[in-house]
Amino acid sequence: MADTSKFKERLQQSGLLIFVLIMATVLAVMSDRFLTAPNLINILRQASINGIISVGMMLVILTAGIDLSVGSILALTVVVTADLMQQGLPVPLAVAAGLGIGGVLGFINGLLVSKVRVPPFIATLGMMSFARGLALAYSGGKPITGLDEGFRFLGTGVVASIPMPVIIAFLVLLMGYVLLDKTRIGTYLYALGENKEAAYFSGIATGFYTRFVYTASGMLAALAGMILIARLDSAQPVIGRGYEFDAIAAVVIGGTTLAGGEGKISGTLLGVLIIAMLNNGLNLINVSSFYEQIVKGVVIALALILHGIVRKL
Amino acid sequence: MKRFVAVLVCLMLSVAVQLQAKEFTLGLSLSTLNNPFFVTLKDGAMKAAEGAGVKLLVTDSQDNPATEATNIEDLIVKKVDALLINPTDSSAIAPSVFKANKAGIPVFTVDRSANKGEVVAHIASDNVAGGMLAGEFLVKQINAKGNVVELEGIAGSSAAIDRGKGFNEVIAKNPGIKVVSKQTANFNRAEGLSVFENILQAQPDIAGVFAHNDEMILGAIQAAQAAGRNKDIVFVGFDAVDDAVNAVKAGDLQATVAQQPAVIGELGVKSAVDFLNGKKVEAFIPVPLSLVSP
Repeated sequence: MADTSKFKERLQQSGLLIFVLIMATVLAVMSDRFLTAPNLINILRQASINGIISVGMMLVILTAGIDLSVGSILALTVVVTADLMQQGLPVPLAVAAGLGIGGVLGFINGLLVSKVRVPPFIATLGMMSFARGLALAYSGGKPITGLDEGFRFLGTGVVASIPMPVIIAFLVLLMGYVLLDKTRIGTYLYALGENKEAAYFSGIATGFYTRFVYTASGMLAALAGMILIARLDSAQPVIGRGYEFDAIAAVVIGGTTLAGGEGKISGTLLGVLIIAMLNNGLNLINVSSFYEQIVKGVVIALALILHGIVRKL
Repeated sequence: MKRFVAVLVCLMLSVAVQLQAKEFTLGLSLSTLNNPFFVTLKDGAMKAAEGAGVKLLVTDSQDNPATEATNIEDLIVKKVDALLINPTDSSAIAPSVFKANKAGIPVFTVDRSANKGEVVAHIASDNVAGGMLAGEFLVKQINAKGNVVELEGIAGSSAAIDRGKGFNEVIAKNPGIKVVSKQTANFNRAEGLSVFENILQAQPDIAGVFAHNDEMILGAIQAAQAAGRNKDIVFVGFDAVDDAVNAVKAGDLQATVAQQPAVIGELGVKSAVDFLNGKKVEAFIPVPLSLVSP
């Protein structure tokens, strides 16, 4: 049983990997600029924001939940952090405040889901609207521009010719991998997603772990936001709209099932890369904005169909 | 005697005209006065009303359609001769327009249009002309040759369609200029950054960029700065938001197209007075835009 599931997992992973390679080949044929080192680094840098959010989203989806509020939490935390920095608060404190707010809002999501028993879709939909409204009210609807140079290193810095966002995203993915594959918490999360009742009766603190994943998702959204505004030199209250969909798409393309209990970090990484490559490729080959969305939909559908075929094998 | 009659008639006519002009009272319902744009629009309208010798009653909806509805009701009860409405929302305004129609008061919409009801004229910025203005500036800056990029707004939105139309009309007249990339960044700064990063990868040679709004051009500037290519590229935005005006001052952005809210208010009052005086008024009155550049 363990062997067949492992085999299946490998097959799924390789299926996705093959899809990534096919996509890369097609894009390379259509644009000679695609397979250049600067562009590949560019893709990784662009993927890092969604990559960080997707790790949190994956933890939530593993427990059979969903987090629609990541884009709004990101917006609220960045306007607060940017404002605190402009008011002269030291950068580490301002960043900590932003991450803290992200964590608290995520924790509230978790409380609503675990204690009040609000369906995750509804709880985080409410938070999506609430946090966005707070972001708009806090900033008066206006962008906060001109950030601390030291802070901007988070987004624009390069270490050993690797951009900082890529390094941070790599560390987050690594932490996700260790958490899920090497610790007991990971085992609990899979168990919780597979069968909550069974997990509860076998002594897993299901409420605690539910709050844990939503808190992590909120904090990671805030972290992704910090990197994004460091790159933009500006925090806007309308930032991050639709990021929840990119993250959900990456996680689901990566093989995590919305029913919970099944999924791998490596799959999420590939899902994130597919979306980033797609956005990059469409720009490189200059696809008209009307067709862009059609192509995106078709490619995501193809990835999911492939995933479904492999699962049935 | 003949002369006396003529003078008398003239005098009576002028008194009549004056009386008639004094009779006009216009109502102006503004979506909000908590935004400098609409405050400037109001000032322009007041000035025009003073000049035309008409009375102008201004109400502030505070961005609230309910407040707006009661304000407009009040103006209808006060029997204004014409209503200038700057709706908080193009759909929510419909019942108020119907009420004015029923009371026989001509309605003019300002800046934002109404989806339903009878409106004599709509007075708003001419986005096509603004796109042309941006295109002409860009053409001049790059000496009518080279590769240019267009960052489009939300596909299908009227601002994106009109601004793009005006820009491309100008570009089409310049055979030396080629639009090498035309991509949407959805009026969004973060997308302006990533989309332009990708375009920078695809296009080693870019002379200029026009974005359908300032948010996208500000994102594109960040991308170009990070790639060390911002000095080779002329950037033109649209809307003249504070960040963009500051970027123009700093020399990072070469130009942005600004609406002229005072002129919108002025033309609103003028068209209403013209209409009340029996002159023909066009259904859409485009207001020219201006360029903010150093």
